[in-house]
Amino acid sequence: MKRTLPLVVVFMIGMIVILSEFIPHRPFSKINETLENWFMIISGFAMLLGQISLIQVNTSKIRNRDENWQYNLAGMISFVLMLFVGFMWGMEKAPGLAGHGESLQAVLGMKPFDYLFEYVYTNLSATMFSLLAFFIASAAYRAFIIRSFESNLLMITAVIVILGRSSFGAMLTGWLPESWNILHLPKLTDFIMEFPNSAAQRAIMISAALGIIGSSLRIILGIERSYLGSDK
Amino acid sequence: MKQLILIPILASCLLSVFFAITPEFKCEDVPYDAGQALALTWKVPSDSSFVVIQKADSLGVFNEIHAAIGSSGSYTDTELSPQQEYRYRLIATTGSDSLSLDSSGKPVEQWFYLGKLSFLILLVIICAAILLYINMARRGKELFIRRISGLDSMEEAVGRATEKGKPILFVPGISDLDDIQTIAALTILSHLAAKSAEYNTDLIVPCRYSMVLSAAREVVKAAYLTAGKPDAYKEKNIFYLTDDQFGYVAGIDGIMVREQPAANFFLGSFYAESLILAETGFSTGAIQTSGTAQAHQLPFFVVSCDYTLIGEELFAASAYLSKDPQQLGSLKGHDFGKLLIILLILIGIVMEIAGQHWFKGWFSGEVF
Repeated sequence: MKRTLPLVVVFMIGMIVILSEFIPHRPFSKINETLENWFMIISGFAMLLGQISLIQVNTSKIRNRDENWQYNLAGMISFVLMLFVGFMWGMEKAPGLAGHGESLQAVLGMKPFDYLFEYVYTNLSATMFSLLAFFIASAAYRAFIIRSFESNLLMITAVIVILGRSSFGAMLTGWLPESWNILHLPKLTDFIMEFPNSAAQRAIMISAALGIIGSSLRIILGIERSYLGSDK
Repeated sequence: MKQLILIPILASCLLSVFFAITPEFKCEDVPYDAGQALALTWKVPSDSSFVVIQKADSLGVFNEIHAAIGSSGSYTDTELSPQQEYRYRLIATTGSDSLSLDSSGKPVEQWFYLGKLSFLILLVIICAAILLYINMARRGKELFIRRISGLDSMEEAVGRATEKGKPILFVPGISDLDDIQTIAALTILSHLAAKSAEYNTDLIVPCRYSMVLSAAREVVKAAYLTAGKPDAYKEKNIFYLTDDQFGYVAGIDGIMVREQPAANFFLGSFYAESLILAETGFSTGAIQTSGTAQAHQLPFFVVSCDYTLIGEELFAASAYLSKDPQQLGSLKGHDFGKLLIILLILIGIVMEIAGQHWFKGWFSGEVF
């Protein structure tokens, strides 16, 4: 029963969603919106599960003094601190339990929650994102090492695209006559991006779409059910 | 003589009466839609007319919604409510002359999107092919499925983790449970959990969303139960990290650096964080398998991971790993779909070269 009921619900909802794609009349035209709202409501309740898991995992590691427990402590302090300042003085225009915290605002220039968000959270996120620049460099270095015919091709294409996207590339081939236009690096780059690159990406997208059709069909028909977990 | 002069004048007057453009302003329902659009078309006498289209609000006050120059034109007013009357006014100005025309219409909901007919036919054909192959597999027909090395290596990755006494890290992407890629990742997690239970190796699953967390716990628990090792299941190893994209990445990077998992699996939906994850994993020396249908993230995974499931392979993984003939049959259906699309693309190219644009128009819904 624990499995049969979800399978019946999945089948019915799956069929309704497919039909709603082709029937613009109400109630079908509103079904996707309604289901999305249901999903949001369920997600809201499930959020509590996440918080419970977060507290359980961290407190257990702190209590047992597991290896690197200090990181968990830092995480919990941050969690409690944000929760506390948010509840006490609110955020942006919304007041908290202790009002807007005017005296704190006079010192910090904004509410404590907004201050932490602006000067701690945003900077930490930006730091993580900026790591990407270094990782791209190291990954590109490995990818462009000439080992085979394919990696040769990859390196040549990459060099053309990198140069073509920079002003140096335009300068390098700017002297070429109009009849040799195709060899102008920015034009060659546009060609590579517009044709071979788009073609390959579309091929992946088409095959992924077919995979989604097959996967969805298996799930709707109940052939694939491992995502449901145990029936015990 | 006078008569001779008058004849052409009279004739030109008659012609101008016959061929003068009668001002026209039409408001019609856009066919085959959800009743949310009205098409406005107009014709006014002069080419140099400045045309303003106004729409009456609930109080009956007309407000400008569109302006154009010319003797004819069209405009589609969208985001309307079905079965509700809408009133429009056209004001055409040529020099000091002004013309005003009113029209009204009601958007009507239809029972079928005719523009999606080609899509429906294709969907039915592909689904029928998948069901046919599933049926053939059920009846015992041997079906050849090409090897997917990324999935074949799963056992090797788990074996290596067991030998080194290190855990396995599984990241089910950064999307919620409403993304089919996350569902596909969870089905793979089920097979991986069964293997890790068999080999007594720890499996770490950090989740970005609570819904994914509860689904992942259920899936892993079921796999351990099926493997006959319910006691080996550790709920604390499947945990929530944070909803924030880069906070989640920072958390996983920390786990990779501190716990040094022997095998990393990045399967599901990934965005800007894909390379940060894969490169950190590479630096720890773990054997890495990734898979996503996000075409823009695939190059990053290909560069940094040992095995990458490209697009469709992610969705085929569960069927491939299960070795269940029914599920394998569905993979043959995917292949039929690919063949069909290749044929349609080739026919489309030939038709376009031959100047027969209806074929492309039929698929893009333009002919309706």
